[in-house]
Amino acid sequence: MEVKKQALPYVSSFTEIDRAEGKAIEELKVRSQEPIPDPDRWLDEELHRHVLLARLDDIINWARRMSLFPVTFAPACCAFEMIATAASRFDISRFGMEIFRGSPRQADLMITAGTLTWKLAPWVRRIYDQMAEPKWVIAMGACAISGGTFTSSYSVVPGYNRIIPVDVYVPGCPPRPEALLYGIRMLHSKIAKRSVLQEGS
Amino acid sequence: MVIKTEPFVINVGPQHPSTHGVFRMRMTLDGEVVVDMEPVFGYLHRGIEKLAEERTYTQNIPFTDRLDYLSSMANNLAYVMAVEKLAGISVPERAEYLRVIMAELQRIASHLIAVGAFLNDCGAFMTPILYMIREREKILDLFEMVCGQRLTYNYMRVGGLSHDISEEFLSALGKFVKEMPGFIDEYDQLLAENEILLARSKGVGILPKELAINISASGPVLRGSRVKWDIRKADPYSVYDHFDFEIPTGSIGDCYDRYRVRIEEMRQSVRIIKQAMEQLPGGEVRSQVLQRFHSPVGEAYGHIEAPKGELGFYLVSDGSIAPYRFHIRAPSLINLTALRDMIIGWKLADAIIIFGSIDICMGEVDR
Amino acid sequence: MTVTLSGREVASKLEKQFPGSIIESSEKNLVVRSESLLEIASFLKTTPGLDFDYLTCITAVDYLDYFEVVYHLTSLTHNHSLFVKARCYERDNPTLPSVVSLWRGADFQEREIYDLMGIKFGGHPNLKRIFLWEGFKGYPLRKDYLQW
Repeated sequence: MEVKKQALPYVSSFTEIDRAEGKAIEELKVRSQEPIPDPDRWLDEELHRHVLLARLDDIINWARRMSLFPVTFAPACCAFEMIATAASRFDISRFGMEIFRGSPRQADLMITAGTLTWKLAPWVRRIYDQMAEPKWVIAMGACAISGGTFTSSYSVVPGYNRIIPVDVYVPGCPPRPEALLYGIRMLHSKIAKRSVLQEGS
Repeated sequence: MVIKTEPFVINVGPQHPSTHGVFRMRMTLDGEVVVDMEPVFGYLHRGIEKLAEERTYTQNIPFTDRLDYLSSMANNLAYVMAVEKLAGISVPERAEYLRVIMAELQRIASHLIAVGAFLNDCGAFMTPILYMIREREKILDLFEMVCGQRLTYNYMRVGGLSHDISEEFLSALGKFVKEMPGFIDEYDQLLAENEILLARSKGVGILPKELAINISASGPVLRGSRVKWDIRKADPYSVYDHFDFEIPTGSIGDCYDRYRVRIEEMRQSVRIIKQAMEQLPGGEVRSQVLQRFHSPVGEAYGHIEAPKGELGFYLVSDGSIAPYRFHIRAPSLINLTALRDMIIGWKLADAIIIFGSIDICMGEVDR
Repeated sequence: MTVTLSGREVASKLEKQFPGSIIESSEKNLVVRSESLLEIASFLKTTPGLDFDYLTCITAVDYLDYFEVVYHLTSLTHNHSLFVKARCYERDNPTLPSVVSLWRGADFQEREIYDLMGIKFGGHPNLKRIFLWEGFKGYPLRKDYLQW
């Protein structure tokens, strides 16, 4: 295998890109002073359920919840408990979730396993927007719920729900694989209550 | 017909299945060949150095767990050693031997993930890493027996350990130490002469010896480039001078050498644990130290050989219960200095392998 | 065992070579003038007998009257180490010469000190923020940084 080594001057001039990204981060910081409310409107409503639509709901919800594809999003320490959950001892493949999709366009679940900083926040929003509906978010670990030990730091976002809406919160630092599986089962029971009439909520 | 080509800039990361954590590389590619690269990090910068100035010395121990989250015991050890040097606190002998056992177990666990992730990047999609996670789960069970946690232990304290181990732990450790060399031989047999691994990593990403010393590399990256420098032998801390072990080095400093250094280090770690178990004395595991103690005015630098390199803590004290300055000498950040030189001229797929062989952990790079 | 060299002995060697460049020297402390930092560092790296070819770490401390940048040097061949310090007395625009030309390991560490403390290093090839984003106001690790 031949390789060509070309010597280039050291400085790569990406300062315009750096400045534009810095501006995006500051604007997002100003916009995200309040947490986004959790999507749970449809959990308590009494629905008028037709016989035919009830059966269709059950089948669609079963198919959706038993084959959630998570996106590989693993900033910090909780990532290794997520990897341990996906490994052979605490098998996540029992729930149909062993394929972690690299591209967010093919995934429908984001397990946020790590601390969120303001520098990463616009890109997390971009990854979330690239996922197709219906999509869910599990906030894993203390840092994802509220900033955790680092909550008073100058560069940490106090919880993912400032940036994206979160469905299930799994506490722990890091949560054991059994705790993450319990959170996933809670998400399953949440998905089971969806209805075809409420698509888009 | 003339075809016009021009180099273009792509982004690898921060969210990418192969970058170990949130690390971004702005690569300028000419076809598939990397022409220039700029690393961008800071996506996990949590401001630990600033937060630590407001907390007491004991309250900072959980922060050190979350630096290199794959080797929490080693981080704890480096920090409490620096505080003990600063405040002049001595540690009972049983605690020193147990600290060595924990640190070496942690080295095995960290290298298992490092080698597994490296092979994952090489293309052996999931098999080696799942085998290695199987062994790592045994080590995490041992740690859970000791302190109740699987990843971030918070087990060491200033002046010793937080509590003693049980008999159950020693018998489980004996069983582990008997079986582990067999497992390491199993990995070696599958991988050492594997054609694909050799083709993808021999001669790839060479780090010459002079450059390695100039960029202050440490750990397997430095030893892979034929420099025999290991803090456990050069500046022995704790009770490492009571044990007999070797330091593996590579020959030219390519990815294959770094992989071999890590496999050999795992074997040497098992050897050290066996010797420590035989020599383990009885007694106390913690010397009497106040929870919120005032350390004398001064400064201290305490360093150990962590799995990723030389981890050091530079502490400055002004006589109060919290450190005045808490600085972490992170091996992964400094090992990354050479990444640009090692990648230029190779193809994009090789760039991912070279990056994986350095073995970084973003919690340490960004702090 | 890595021997930490005494600041006083090294100071006496440096005084002969570069008179007037030592501010303070004691058993554990060696503070040099920031203007002669680069020549002292080059002398420490190239002199046989000292041979400090490995820069273990650079860090900066904010004592409110001045900033102190601490260089921890090690020699792999002789197995000894040394702490050298340099001070910046200006608060608004502190500068020091960069040692990247001698030890390339200083690259990211000097950028980190610029990012978090605000000390500029003259001669650094790529001095820009490394952990925080472009447009972040202030230098967080300074003692007078107010978050809100």
